[in-house]
Amino acid sequence: MIRFTDVHKSFGSLEVLKGIDAEVAKGETVCLIGPSGSGKSTLLRCVNGLEDYQQGEIAIEGARVDAHAPSIHQIRTQVAMVFQRFNLFPHRTALENVMEGPLHVLGEPKAEVRDRAEDHLRRVGLADKMNAYPASLSGGQQQRVAIARALAMRPRAILMDEPTSALDPETVGDVLSVMADLAHEHMTMLVVTHEIQFAREAADRVLFLDGGCIVEQGPAADVLTSPQHPRTQDFLRRVTHPV
Amino acid sequence: MAPLLDRVQDYLPLLTQGLWLTVAVTILALVLASALGLVWAILRTSGRRYLSGPARFVVEFLRGIPILVMLFYIYFVLPELGIDLTAFQAGVIGLALIYSCYIGETFRGGIEAVDRGQTEAAKSIGMRHGKMMRRVVLPQAIRIALPPYGNNMVMLLKDSSQVSVISVAELTMQGKMLASSTFDNMTVFTLVAALYLCLTIPLNMVMRQVERRMGAAR
Ligand SMILES: Nc1ncnc2c1ncn2[C@@H]1O[C@H](COP(=O)(O)OP(=O)(O)OP(=O)(O)O)[C@@H](O)[C@H]1O
Ligand SMILES: [Mg+2]
Repeated sequence: MIRFTDVHKSFGSLEVLKGIDAEVAKGETVCLIGPSGSGKSTLLRCVNGLEDYQQGEIAIEGARVDAHAPSIHQIRTQVAMVFQRFNLFPHRTALENVMEGPLHVLGEPKAEVRDRAEDHLRRVGLADKMNAYPASLSGGQQQRVAIARALAMRPRAILMDEPTSALDPETVGDVLSVMADLAHEHMTMLVVTHEIQFAREAADRVLFLDGGCIVEQGPAADVLTSPQHPRTQDFLRRVTHPV
Repeated sequence: MAPLLDRVQDYLPLLTQGLWLTVAVTILALVLASALGLVWAILRTSGRRYLSGPARFVVEFLRGIPILVMLFYIYFVLPELGIDLTAFQAGVIGLALIYSCYIGETFRGGIEAVDRGQTEAAKSIGMRHGKMMRRVVLPQAIRIALPPYGNNMVMLLKDSSQVSVISVAELTMQGKMLASSTFDNMTVFTLVAALYLCLTIPLNMVMRQVERRMGAAR
């Protein structure tokens, strides 16, 4: 579904991704973990062309992702993104946020889009917040609207960049449970997260990124319970037992 | 001299005539300047050098010319090139050109102050640049740009007095003519100043109201 082949990316002289080889299969949830600055966000942003890369290839169902090609708009309608800071449109209600893409980008009929958007908001537990503006919602509620907005595009895959790390602890659970539901329904997802517990329960596979390289990858249970590489071991020790 | 009230009554009809012309010049120039300013701002934030470069050049060029010189140029030089304009037209166009730069910068500031996460979210649902500007960036940029835009409006209203130099019979011009025919400088110019304040003070109040409303709607 999403295939990375020897992907290199630099910001000026700083090489951030140093030859990434990986794949996310259809219907699979893959968690991307690793220390701060290791290039997780950058890798994710390359997938939908928010960043470009200099070498190698990222392909989505065989189609090359090129941030500067006209095809990027089409690709973005198929690969949705959920941001750490939600990035809801503040001048539109929750429902309008969810309807925005299908209605104004895909040009689908309004009545149908509205019905579907309401369904998506109901399934993330926000039936009573459809007409609320983002500013009046809690962080957890905003992030669930953002997930509904991503789902409304009927994407082939969803990218999430630390979707719970800007949230108050008490609202993290609601968002994680929506994400876990999606994983169980075999939505294809690539999720950057520090929630090791979530990764253990919901992810099929885990990629551990360090210093721009994938140091270790494999089934979630293996990588998270018996990591092979010392850097993975060290990282997991630090996130599960913070000093 | 006649009693003060009688003189005021004598002067007011002419001054009110001027006042209306001032309002007309200001509104027309504001509409033109805002439209043109929006064009400058959109070009300058397009991220395409072949658009932002020329726009920047034009803005810096226009901004470097004093309003009076601009007015003289349009009113006296353009006719020699075959473009005949009335004083009123020349005044409106001159003010609009100069103010399109200030207003364009105001809009640009607003556009650039919109959170980057907003453009990323818009892009991530597949929006192209034009639609993203219309549906996501500009609605938020307008809110941010509103207070400085209000200032631009008041400044433009006051600077509309400059078109008196090409003999547009607006408020300042009427005042000057009245004063030189009656020698009653104090009364005339006090009235002129008061009439300007009758416009600027309510305008400021309205702007503050609008800002408050927009702030609350979020
Ligand atoms: N736009 C940019 N310009 C220059 N350098 C950048 C840019 N974005 C990221 N970097 C650098 O690239 C490296 C990787 O950043 P990235 O945001 O991908 O890390 P991350 O793994 O997501 O970290 P975190 O867990 O803190 O979010 C960092 O050293 C960062 O400073
Ligand atoms: Mg990051």
